[in-house]
Amino acid sequence: MMNRLLKRAGYVALALMPVVAMAGEAFTGEVKKAPLNIPAITMFFAFVAFTLGITYWAARRTRSASDFYTAGGGITGFQNGLAIAGDYMSAASFLGISAMVFEKGYDGLIYSIGFLVGWPVILFLVAERLRNLGKFTFADVASYRLGQTQVRILAATGTLVVVALYLIAQMVGAGKLIQLLFGMSYSSAVILVGVLMVMYVTFGGMLATTWVQIIKACILLTGASFMAFMVLASVGFSPEAMFAKAVEVKRIAAELMMTKAGAAQAAAAQAQASGAPDAAELAKKAADLTAEAGKAGKVNIMAPGGLVSNPIDAISLGLALMFGTAGLPHILMRFFTVNNAKEARKSVFFATGFIGYFYILTFVIGFGAIFLVGTNPEFKDAAGKLIGGNNMAAVHLAKAVGGDWFLGFISAVAFATILAVVAGLALSGASAVSHDLYASVIKKGKADSAAEMRVSKITTLVLGVIAIVLGIAFEKQNIAFMVGLAFSIAASANFPVLFLSMFWKGLTTKGAVIGGFAGLISAVVLIVLSPSVWVDVMGNPKGSELFPYKNPAIFSMTLAFVITWLVSVMDNSAQAQAERKLFDAQFVRSMTGIGASGASEH
Amino acid sequence: MNEDVLARVQKNPKFAELVSKKTSFGWMLSIVMLAIYYGFILILAFNPQSLGTSLSGGVITVGIPVGLFIIISAFLLTGVYVRKANTEFDQLTQEIVEEAKQ
Repeated sequence: MMNRLLKRAGYVALALMPVVAMAGEAFTGEVKKAPLNIPAITMFFAFVAFTLGITYWAARRTRSASDFYTAGGGITGFQNGLAIAGDYMSAASFLGISAMVFEKGYDGLIYSIGFLVGWPVILFLVAERLRNLGKFTFADVASYRLGQTQVRILAATGTLVVVALYLIAQMVGAGKLIQLLFGMSYSSAVILVGVLMVMYVTFGGMLATTWVQIIKACILLTGASFMAFMVLASVGFSPEAMFAKAVEVKRIAAELMMTKAGAAQAAAAQAQASGAPDAAELAKKAADLTAEAGKAGKVNIMAPGGLVSNPIDAISLGLALMFGTAGLPHILMRFFTVNNAKEARKSVFFATGFIGYFYILTFVIGFGAIFLVGTNPEFKDAAGKLIGGNNMAAVHLAKAVGGDWFLGFISAVAFATILAVVAGLALSGASAVSHDLYASVIKKGKADSAAEMRVSKITTLVLGVIAIVLGIAFEKQNIAFMVGLAFSIAASANFPVLFLSMFWKGLTTKGAVIGGFAGLISAVVLIVLSPSVWVDVMGNPKGSELFPYKNPAIFSMTLAFVITWLVSVMDNSAQAQAERKLFDAQFVRSMTGIGASGASEH
Repeated sequence: MNEDVLARVQKNPKFAELVSKKTSFGWMLSIVMLAIYYGFILILAFNPQSLGTSLSGGVITVGIPVGLFIIISAFLLTGVYVRKANTEFDQLTQEIVEEAKQ
C-alpha cells in the first residue's frame, strides 16, 4: 500500500514560493516534490514503529479518564519540561526560524526571543495555581467557582478554535514538508499524519502523546546540537569567524546581483538605442534586478532589519506571543500531567532552558547555512535559489555537514515533530469536547469515566477526519495567518478569563462569558480585516485593509479585559455575589494546594 | 475543603506571609522579564541602529550579546523563582497544611 503510494509519486515541479510564516509555524506557497529519499523514509518508519510500540505499552496502562487526559499525573517535572519544549519546537519552528536567520540574520533571533519570554511569566503567575486548581483542562480552573455550563462552553469554544487553526497549519505544513523531503504525494502525507495522530491519541492517550513528544524533543535537540557543533567546528569554534564568513558571503552575493543588474541595464539601454521590440521588457527586467540587488545590498544580517518597524505592531505581536502561550490549551493541559505544584514549576524551568537552547542552536544553524549551504551550487536551482525554498536551509545544512544518512535523520525528525505536535493538539481538542462539553455541560458532571473516555476517543477520530479533510482543502491556501490568529485568540479569549478567574475576586460568570467571547470575536474580526487576510488571502488590493496592523492582540486582549471587568462590576445578581464569596476558598487552594487533585486516582 | 480548614488557614499568619512573599516575588520577577523584553522591543522600534553597531571593532554587533542575554535571563529568572519556591515557599506551605489539619 505504502509502496504503491510512493511509486505513484512523480516529480511535479511547481512554482516555488517560500515564505517564512508568522513564527515560521506554517509553510505557505507551493512546493515541488523531491525524489524518493530512502534513508529518510527508513528512519522515519523506524521512528513510527518505535512510537507505536510506546503507544501499545501506554494503551495497557491507560484505563481511567485521569490516565487518558493526564497520564495519571505521573510525569516528572523534567519529563514534562521536555514535552512542553517539544510542543514548542515544531517542525516549522525548527525549519522556519533557521530559514529566517538564513535569510535575514538577526531578525530571526528577535522572533525566537518573542516566543521564549512568555515562559517565565507563565511560571511566576500561572503554572502552580493552574496545577493546584485544575484536573484535566484549563476550563476546570476558569469555571472553578463560576457557572460551569457557560464558562465551559466558552473555554471549549476557545480551545476548539485554537486547536483547529493550529491543526490546519500543521497539516498543511506536514503535507508540503513531506512532499519535499520524502517525495510522497501531498494528500497521502496528510492522510498518514492524520491516521497516526488518531492512533497515538485514541490508544495511548496522554501517556503515549507525552512520550512521543519527549522522544522527539530528545532526537531533535541531539540532531540540532550536532549541526550547530559542525558549523562551529568549520570555523574553528570562533563566533567572530562564523559571523564574518556569513557577512562576507552575503556581501559577495549582493555584489554579484549588482553586477548582473548592471549588465541587464546595459543590455536594456542597447536594445532601446537599436529600437529592438523587447526593449521595454528588458528595461523592466533590469529595473527589477536593480531593485532586488539594492535590497540585498542593504540587508545587514548582524542588525535588526524590517521585522519590527511599527511600534504598535511590535508590541501587539509581543503581547500575542507572550500571553497567547499562557492561553494555548494544548500547552496548559501539560500542567495537569505532573504530580504537584513543585513539579509544575520544574517543568517550566526545564522547558525554558530547552527552548532557549534550541533557539540558540537554530541561530547558529541559520548562520552556518549562509556559508555552508548558500555557497554550494549542489543546493541551488538554476535561478540560484535554494532548492525547496529557504525553509529547507536547515535540511540542506544537514546534508552538508553529515551526508545522506544524517539528511535522512533530520528529515525523519522533522516529520516526527509534526506527528508529536498534532497528537498533543488532538488530545487537547478531544478533552474539551469530552470533559468540558460532554461530561460537564451535557451530563452535568454525572458522566461515568468510561463513557467520557469513549466520547473523547470518538472526538479524536472525528478531529482526525476533519484535520485530513481541511488539510487537503487548504493545500493551495495561504495559511500564514493561522498560527498568528491562534495565538491572538488564545491571548484574547482564553488568557483573560483564566487569569482573572485566578487573580480577581470580582470576576463573575457573566463577565467571563461576555468578555471572553468579545475577545474571541474581536480577534477573529480584526484579523480578517487586517492585511494578512484582507489582502493576502481575500485578494483585495494592497492598502485597502480596514485594520492596519498585522496583529490584533493589543486591541482584542485589552477589549476582553475591559469588558470582562465592566460586566463583572455591574453584575450584582445573587449568583454573582455567591461567586465572589467562593473566591477565598479558591484562593487558599491555589496558594497551598489543599484539596488539589493528586496523582493517579487508582 | 471544609469551612473549618479554610478558616484555620486564613487565620494562620503564615498564610498571610506566604501570600505576600509569593505574590510580590512572582510579580517582581514578571516585571523584570517584561521590562527586559519590552525594553528590547522599544529599542527595536525606536532606535534599531544602536543594536547594529559593532561590539569591539569586529563583525559582532551589540545586538548579538543583547539577544543572548535575553534568552539566558529568561532561563535564569525561572531558575531563581523555582529555587526559592521549591524550598522557602514550599516549606511554608507544608507548615500551613500541617497546621490546618490539627
